Amino acid sequence: MLEVKNLKAYIDTPAGIVKAVDDVSFSLKAGETIGIVGESGSGKSVLALSLMQLNPSPPTFYPQGEILLEGKNLLHLKEKELRNLRGNDIAMIFQDPMSSLNPIFKIGTQLMEAIRTHQNINRAEAKKKAIELLKDVGISDPERRMNDYPHQLSGGMRQRVMIAIALAGKPKILIADEPTTALDVTIQAQILDLMKDIQKKYGTAIIIITHDLGVVAQLADKIVVMYSGRIVEEGKTEDIFYHTAMPYTWSLLRSMPRIDTSSRERLIPIQGQPPNLVSPPKGCNFNPRCPFATADCLKIDPSLTERGAGHYAACILSEKTFEEGKLQLENFETKGVPL
Amino acid sequence: MLQYTIRRLFSLIPVMFIVSIIVFMIIHLTPGNPAHLILGEDASEESIKQLEEQLGLDQPVVMQYVNWVKDIVTGDFGQSVYSSEPVLDIIIGRLGPTFSITIVSIIMILVISIPIAIAAVWKRNTLIDPLFISISLLGVSIPEFWFAMLLVLGFAVSIPLFPVAGYIPMADGIFQWLYHLILPSFVLAAVEIGLVARMLRDGMLESVNQDYIRTARAKGVKESIVLMKHVFSNALIPTTTVIGAMVAGLLGGTVIIETMFTIPGMGQLLVDSIYRRDYPIIQGVILFIAVVYVIVNLLVDLLYTFLDPRIRYD
Repeated sequence: MLEVKNLKAYIDTPAGIVKAVDDVSFSLKAGETIGIVGESGSGKSVLALSLMQLNPSPPTFYPQGEILLEGKNLLHLKEKELRNLRGNDIAMIFQDPMSSLNPIFKIGTQLMEAIRTHQNINRAEAKKKAIELLKDVGISDPERRMNDYPHQLSGGMRQRVMIAIALAGKPKILIADEPTTALDVTIQAQILDLMKDIQKKYGTAIIIITHDLGVVAQLADKIVVMYSGRIVEEGKTEDIFYHTAMPYTWSLLRSMPRIDTSSRERLIPIQGQPPNLVSPPKGCNFNPRCPFATADCLKIDPSLTERGAGHYAACILSEKTFEEGKLQLENFETKGVPL
Repeated sequence: MLQYTIRRLFSLIPVMFIVSIIVFMIIHLTPGNPAHLILGEDASEESIKQLEEQLGLDQPVVMQYVNWVKDIVTGDFGQSVYSSEPVLDIIIGRLGPTFSITIVSIIMILVISIPIAIAAVWKRNTLIDPLFISISLLGVSIPEFWFAMLLVLGFAVSIPLFPVAGYIPMADGIFQWLYHLILPSFVLAAVEIGLVARMLRDGMLESVNQDYIRTARAKGVKESIVLMKHVFSNALIPTTTVIGAMVAGLLGGTVIIETMFTIPGMGQLLVDSIYRRDYPIIQGVILFIAVVYVIVNLLVDLLYTFLDPRIRYD
């Protein structure tokens, strides 16, 4: 349904051109959930905003690529067609529900605006639909809540309102940019459950952007791992978790707390900083931080190669070298066996 | 809300107390004998004594102040030294022209500065933004009296579009009334247009990058509606403060404008009274302007609750 082909999204800054999204391709089927994972600054949010053409432009521009929604290239839409697309075909919820709702309008007003932008109905009908939507996203006493201002709601409630706004146009695709990052853990779980329910009920495809692998493990069919504007590994969720083929993904997984390991085991952060996207390192972008980098990694810029059915990774290390490297590193860390 | 309003009204008492002391002191801060000053060099001893008695200048200063405040509270602002009419009646008779200029000028400020700010933000990546804002800032830098003369020369003398001076009360025809007010009100407005436009534009530019504006765009809302509804309403809150403070500036500005356009308002009354050393009127006018200023600012504070639902005073 949605196909992104060789998309580049660059940002023109005083320091130079930032290659925020650099030659990214992926596809999304109807009703599917795809997780886009990466550190801050990996380009995942710019990618998400590109799909709705919501990046401020200038300074953002798209020197190359296609975003095809049912065959239509979204990069070539006129302003009016774009407005029809937003909220109608593709809708989005954002990271911070505190700041994503206009503080001076009632949530009912904001929800009805979303409904009436795309449907030619009167206020009374729109109000009925708005109340229905609030009920759908699990807000109790929706008639009364319609008259509340955002600051009168809790963070979780506000994110539910954002989801209701996103659902107003019955979108084919829902993009969720870090939807649970600003919420506490119990609320996170509720919001994720709500998204699952919505997918079941409406058949909406979901693109979830996050740095939290726990979130995608629960929700995603497919995971795309981004590093410095590029896809470095892509595959079914199980493949990413159990057949990790790229050292960056492996490092990400190691830096995440797990429920099945002993509490004494320490989390291991990824060394170093994400690369400067104005002048990225030579060879593989990850080589300065990669514990297994070889001399070849400084020269060769790897492209995605197939590692299994639908599983791709960008790394020149052979599976054997990678496995041996991991074993050696673990032995060094746990038993002090020299490298 | 009602409770807050009442509390705010009570808090006006100390403010007005200080204002009243300053206004009262005007007469005593001028060097020499006030009665002598008022009546001039060659006044007879007798008439000076009589005036001192009339103004209460023969009593101790504290007693004078207490009596003065007592009178004012009962609505007695004293009598004009020049015409012997009650000060309050004279001031009320002059309110019409001053309020007319001020209101027309506030409307002009809003009608001109709001579209300038919206256009500047709408075309923020083009030359329109710096161009509009520099033109509107030009108004701030031009002295009122000079601008007034320039406009009269241009649009009343060379091209006789508007009257050179004068004032027609609204009762004698609303068109004539407005026609005579256009030039003076515009001079008065010119100074503030730049400030308000600038304030609004800055507020809108700040709001335009907020997350909730991205949400509005993501809903598919038209850019013009995004700007006019979502961005503008949020920028209105800081601008209201400026508009409140502006009212005082406008009332002060009428002093020059009314003199230049010979409009019989409070500003002209004040200037004339200063020439005539008519202290009771000077005191009355200043006190009146201070009261208007304080009340306008109270209204602005109350207006916030309507503009921003997050502000609650209870």
